[in-house]
Amino acid sequence: MLSKNEVVGIIETMDKNHIRNFCIIAHIDHGKSTLADRIIEKTGLLTAREMQDQVLDNMELERERGITIKAQTVRTVYKADNGEEYLFNLIDTPGHVDFNYEVSRSLAACDGAVLVVDATQGVEAQTLGNVYLALDHDLEILPVINKIDLPSARPDEVASEIEDVIGLDAEDCPRISAKTGENVHDVLESIVRLLPPPSGEGEAPLKALIFDSLYDSYRGVIVFCRLMDGRVSRGSRIRMMATGAVYEVTEVGYFGPGQFLPCQELQAGEVGYITASIKTLKDSRVGDTITDADNPTAEALPGYQEPQPMVYCGLYPADSARYPDLRDALEKLQLNDAALQYEPESSTALGFGFRCGFLGLLHLDIVTQRLEREYDLDLVTTAPSVIYKVHKTDGELIELTNPSNLPDPSEIDYMEEPMVRAEIMLTKEYIGSIMTLCQERRGVYESTEYLEANRVMLKYRMPLNEIIYDFFDALKSRSRGYASFDYELDGYDRSDLIKLDILVNHETVDALSFIVYAPSAYERGSRMCERLKKEIPRQLFDIPIQAAIGSKIIARETVRQVRKDVLAKCYGGDISRKKKLLEKQKEGKKKMREIGSVQIPKDAFLNVLKLDEE
Amino acid sequence: MKNNSFGLYIHMPFCVRKCSYCDFLSFSADDDVKTSYTEALLREIEVRASLYRDRTITSVFIGGGTPTAMPASCLRKVMAAVRRSFTLCPEAEITVEMNPGTDHPSLEAFLTEDVNRISLGMQSFDDSELAALGRIHTAEMSRDTYDHLRRLGVENINIDLMAALPHQTRRSFEHTLRAAAALRPEHISVYSLIIEEGTPFARLYREGEPPLPDEETEREMDALTERILSEAGYHRYEISNYARDGRECRHNRLYWECRDYLGIGLGAASLMDGCRFSVTESLDDYLTLTELTGSAGRLLSAEKEIWDKLLMTGRERLSRYDRMAEFMFLGLRLTEGITEAEFRERFDTDLDDIYGAVIRRHIRSGLMRRTPGGYALTGRGRDISNTVMADFIIDNDEER
Repeated sequence: MLSKNEVVGIIETMDKNHIRNFCIIAHIDHGKSTLADRIIEKTGLLTAREMQDQVLDNMELERERGITIKAQTVRTVYKADNGEEYLFNLIDTPGHVDFNYEVSRSLAACDGAVLVVDATQGVEAQTLGNVYLALDHDLEILPVINKIDLPSARPDEVASEIEDVIGLDAEDCPRISAKTGENVHDVLESIVRLLPPPSGEGEAPLKALIFDSLYDSYRGVIVFCRLMDGRVSRGSRIRMMATGAVYEVTEVGYFGPGQFLPCQELQAGEVGYITASIKTLKDSRVGDTITDADNPTAEALPGYQEPQPMVYCGLYPADSARYPDLRDALEKLQLNDAALQYEPESSTALGFGFRCGFLGLLHLDIVTQRLEREYDLDLVTTAPSVIYKVHKTDGELIELTNPSNLPDPSEIDYMEEPMVRAEIMLTKEYIGSIMTLCQERRGVYESTEYLEANRVMLKYRMPLNEIIYDFFDALKSRSRGYASFDYELDGYDRSDLIKLDILVNHETVDALSFIVYAPSAYERGSRMCERLKKEIPRQLFDIPIQAAIGSKIIARETVRQVRKDVLAKCYGGDISRKKKLLEKQKEGKKKMREIGSVQIPKDAFLNVLKLDEE
Repeated sequence: MKNNSFGLYIHMPFCVRKCSYCDFLSFSADDDVKTSYTEALLREIEVRASLYRDRTITSVFIGGGTPTAMPASCLRKVMAAVRRSFTLCPEAEITVEMNPGTDHPSLEAFLTEDVNRISLGMQSFDDSELAALGRIHTAEMSRDTYDHLRRLGVENINIDLMAALPHQTRRSFEHTLRAAAALRPEHISVYSLIIEEGTPFARLYREGEPPLPDEETEREMDALTERILSEAGYHRYEISNYARDGRECRHNRLYWECRDYLGIGLGAASLMDGCRFSVTESLDDYLTLTELTGSAGRLLSAEKEIWDKLLMTGRERLSRYDRMAEFMFLGLRLTEGITEAEFRERFDTDLDDIYGAVIRRHIRSGLMRRTPGGYALTGRGRDISNTVMADFIIDNDEER
């Protein structure tokens, strides 16, 4: 085990051929974070005792859910069997489909990828998805079979699966248990032997790719970058090529687990961070190229595709006075989460808020939770929506992200909705129930491929609208966790769509309006009314809840009024208790949003949209 | 304004047997414990009284538990100590709670000489309902006790009744109401059974589910109570209290008017000079009170600690907003409601400045009404009083 100072010393004198920039990619739960922990533990910087489980999952939310959301980066030193020391820049990546863009960002900073495959589960939908992404970035891929300590491990079959399905040579690939540490040494040696060192020219003008950034209230924006050419150190004058902004570098450094370690200089091939008293968040756009202001490179890097939001919903502060706080929080969060988009909007029910774009429902969920936890906001979330194309009779085309803005039906010629191509991997016994699920969600069957005797890939084409909400959860529950899926956008299809309005006490609640496939409007409307009935506490009067298409009511429920409190006595000893009860009741009212004269709990807006029971 | 008078509550925590619904501080005990308890009580009376020499007691309420489960001699000693140590106004209302089945010839002198009002816990005139509640008496025994008290010359009697009992029907409840009214007591209290956590009933029943009556039946029972009792000459003066003219319970009115009351005995709660505090709920601790030797003004420092620990638990000085909220939610329990003049006198502020918006909203929804000089709940407002009263709570953010 090397001391921190020794590590810093070694890094300072390292040549490019001894650098490995790599990431670990895997399907969710296949163990990439555990492997990352092992690699960090076995290479330097941390003793086992300092290791908390899953060092890289350092967001509170990530630990709780056991998933990786943000790509994390760490730099460490490995003394290989050949006696030489190698510098590892390890970038951990998320596994959920929603976060493919994070994977893509990380890959742009890497030269190679370690592909982790679970020895019991084999190749899954996102294993493939991630491999394709890595190949798009010209990365060398090193397959690793994990979890060989489990009794149901079948490494030989999984090795042939990797060869057949992915087309990678897996015959001699490391077979390990990241949990116990068994054979992790093989992985380290393979990284040295098989993954390439970075290319790039140290003496050429500076050319660095921004792949992430975060805001620190003391230092300003901290830019995470990969140096392709040149070098940068404290005092260098840099220019952001997209915006033209020029800054003087105040600090450069690299990433230790959970901390920033300043250093003298970053060189071509290295991954690290730069601070330069950058206050304007817009000036450090992910994907932009940094160059030397006095000796600029001729051409910016191609960058990579910015993620496109696929799901939109309204976010409103529960307390309307906190609108400016929500705006500031979104601005800061966006810096750290390039996929988040937002613009101001207002709702008659909810006041001022923002229409926000997300990559999927998990992303939406993560963002709202981060806003609530990290920025202490209380939020109301409206029905998520995809982007519909509305063709009006006058020839105008509207890209609709907010159902409330749907023009009058008489002005609409026809509408289109976004489609996806979904690949679902599962074991044979669940084919029936998953096909039923896909049909319920308007999926059009395309094919079934047997990967081996028991494992199947189902391909469906389905409307994005049907999977944004709870498809992933439904899939997991109906397959007892054995099915996985990935999807890609597949254009727009003309579709029979209408807007469903929800009326509470005869008033339309714009925040609950949504676009629905016309033939399922009745069923969805009834279910929304039933759900809402459960969410709205009884009040002083009967509250009708109705679902309507235009002026036609298609479903109705009633929340019956409160009739009678118990007739409680209240003498000397009862008064304090009575007061506490009234205080609690008043506290409950504060969690409500008043719509017309009806009190609606703020989380009702999202709760009523869950389609699959349980 | 400092009101010079106050009410005295004395708690007797003993019962012959604990009822299945009861979560009060009560239990059965033998006479030795009761005697020790009396000693501690006498000590508390003496020590407390030294603090209030210049103030007058206008009412005394001896509650429980079942006070009449105490030996008569103990009860008499306690009242003698009260008269000796405090200044008791000559026309003070002095109530003792009593349960049918606990009247004993030895109690006669206490009941006729020491107190002038008796509150009888009859609860129901249906024997199966009484048995289900775990009461130790039948309807017949209730009538016997009542007749006996009248023969002794007791002129002011309250009867406690319960609604919303398991298996109770509108019909059986109506029978109970009519039977109680037929006895012509001066006062009748009616309140709903509440299923309290930790009681045997909490394991048997769930609020609003059979065999407990549903909300609508409960509302009808309340309407029935008001109709039958008003036909019988009782007026409803508080949410759960009915009286013949001039017979409202003066002691209980103190609570709803937010006036001072001093609670003595195990677990008893007090509100004195804007401060709430209670006596310890631990009987063992309470019995050590006899070790106090001085009076409140002259306690040794070690004794001061005992005093604070045993007699001043949960001490809390009410903020101005706390007092306003209590004035409103307790005052609105009274049929006559609250007056603007009284609010201004107590808080030196206009009611409208603090609660104008809330009151107007509730008037619009038909839950409150204007009275000459103030506001009161409507019948509908009384039905759902918690909803209305919660709006009079002022929370910390609003206080600023």
